[in-house]
Amino acid sequence: MCLGIPGRVIEIEKNVAKVDLGGISRDVSLDLCPDVSVGEYVLIHTGFAIQKVDEKEAEETLELLKQMAEAI
Amino acid sequence: MKFIDEFRDKEIAEGLIQRIHRTSTRPIQLMEVCGTHTVSIFRYGIRGILPEQIRLISGPGCPVCVTPNQDIDLAIALSRQKDIIIVTFGDMMRVPGSTSSLQKEKAEGRDIRIIYSSLEALDIAKQHPEKRLVFLAIGFETTSPTIAVAILRAKEEKLHNLFVLNSQKRVPPALVALLQSQRVKIDGFILPGHVSTIIGTNPYQFIAKQFGRPAVVTGFEPVDILQGIWMLVKQIEENRAVVEIQYRRIVREEGNPIALRKIDEVFDRDESRWRGLGLIPDTGYRFKESYREMDVRNFDVEVEAPKEHPDCLCGEVLQGIRSPSECRLFKKVCHPENPVGPCMVSIEGTCHTYYKFS
Repeated sequence: MCLGIPGRVIEIEKNVAKVDLGGISRDVSLDLCPDVSVGEYVLIHTGFAIQKVDEKEAEETLELLKQMAEAI
Repeated sequence: MKFIDEFRDKEIAEGLIQRIHRTSTRPIQLMEVCGTHTVSIFRYGIRGILPEQIRLISGPGCPVCVTPNQDIDLAIALSRQKDIIIVTFGDMMRVPGSTSSLQKEKAEGRDIRIIYSSLEALDIAKQHPEKRLVFLAIGFETTSPTIAVAILRAKEEKLHNLFVLNSQKRVPPALVALLQSQRVKIDGFILPGHVSTIIGTNPYQFIAKQFGRPAVVTGFEPVDILQGIWMLVKQIEENRAVVEIQYRRIVREEGNPIALRKIDEVFDRDESRWRGLGLIPDTGYRFKESYREMDVRNFDVEVEAPKEHPDCLCGEVLQGIRSPSECRLFKKVCHPENPVGPCMVSIEGTCHTYYKFS
C-alpha cells in the first residue's frame, strides 16, 4: 500500500501538478509538497506528491556505487 | 523510467552482491519491515543471491494485513445500512472479516466503491448529499497525511456527510513491540522507504540507542535493497548500530514536515489494535476534538463478535515468527483466489508474495 513512483512535473495549476509517468500524464495534489517547479521530479503516492526527488543525491549514489563495482 | 531503471543496473548490483559476500562473516537475521520490500526481494530473487548466513525475514508492514477483524466487521456492518456508501482503497475489498468481506457485501448489492486517492471520497460525498459516506482510512504514515488532507478539506468545505473509519497505523512503536517481545531474533532492520519519506529518521533512533540494532532506510529497487543490506552487514561486522539512509534521493532526516503537520492538525496519537500483535500503545491515531464528529465509531451499529480461522498463521507471519510455508492452510485451502487470511489477500501480504514467487 505504500507504493510510490517518481514522475516529472510538466504543468502546475494552483495546488495540482500534471505529472509525466513514463509517457502517461496524471494530475497529482501538491498539498503535501507545494514547493516544486516544472521539470522537477516528485514521488507520487495515492494521487499526492509526497516528496521532491533529489536528483543530485541520486547521481551521487549511483556514481559511488559504480566506482565500488569497478573497484572489485 | 528515470530514478527506477538506473537502480536496476546489473553491474552495480553485482558489485554490491560481491561486497556483501566479502563483508559478511556471521549468521544474521534482517527484517524487512515493509511489504513492498518483501515483493521486491522476491521479484528480484534477492534471497537466493545472498550468503547463506544472511536470512531475511518479513515483517508487519502491510496495512491491509494488520487491520484487525473488528474493523473489517465494522465496515461490513456499516455497508449494510441503507443510507451508507463505503469507499475504500482496493486491497481491502477481498479481506475476509469474521463471516463476510466487502466484496461479498458488494455482490449482495451494498454500495461499496474503490478509490485510488482520498480526495475522491470528497467528490463522491458531494455527489450524494442524501447519503452518509464512510471512508475506510487504512494505511501507515505514507498514506495518513493524504487522509488528513481529505478530512481538512471536508471540514473547510463544510461537507457534513463524510465520515471516517480510522484504522491507520504508525510503524515505529510496532517495532518497539517486536523488539521487546523477543519472539524473533532481529539483528537489523531494512526500514520502509516511503513511511520514512514522511516521518524521517528521528522516530527510529530507539532501534540503535535502546536496542543496539542497526537500521537502514531503504528504497525499493534491487540496487537500493542490496545497498541497504550491505550497509546493515557492514554496521554489524563493525559492531556499530546507527540509523542510516540508503534512499537518499527521497528520504530526508526530518521527513516531510508539511505532511507531519497535516496529520497533527487532525489526529492525536493513540493505541491501536494490530492483527497478530494485539493492542500496541502509540501505534494509532484518534481524532482531535474538532474532528470527532466524523468518527464512525460514534455510530450506533451492531457488529458481530470477531472470530478468526483457528489455523490461520497470519498473526505470527506478520511478526516474522513463522513463515507462510509452516501454515497448514498455505497453498492447500488458502490461496489468492480463496484467501483465508489477509496476508494472502494483499498483493504485499507475505503469504501472497510467497505464493506468487515460490
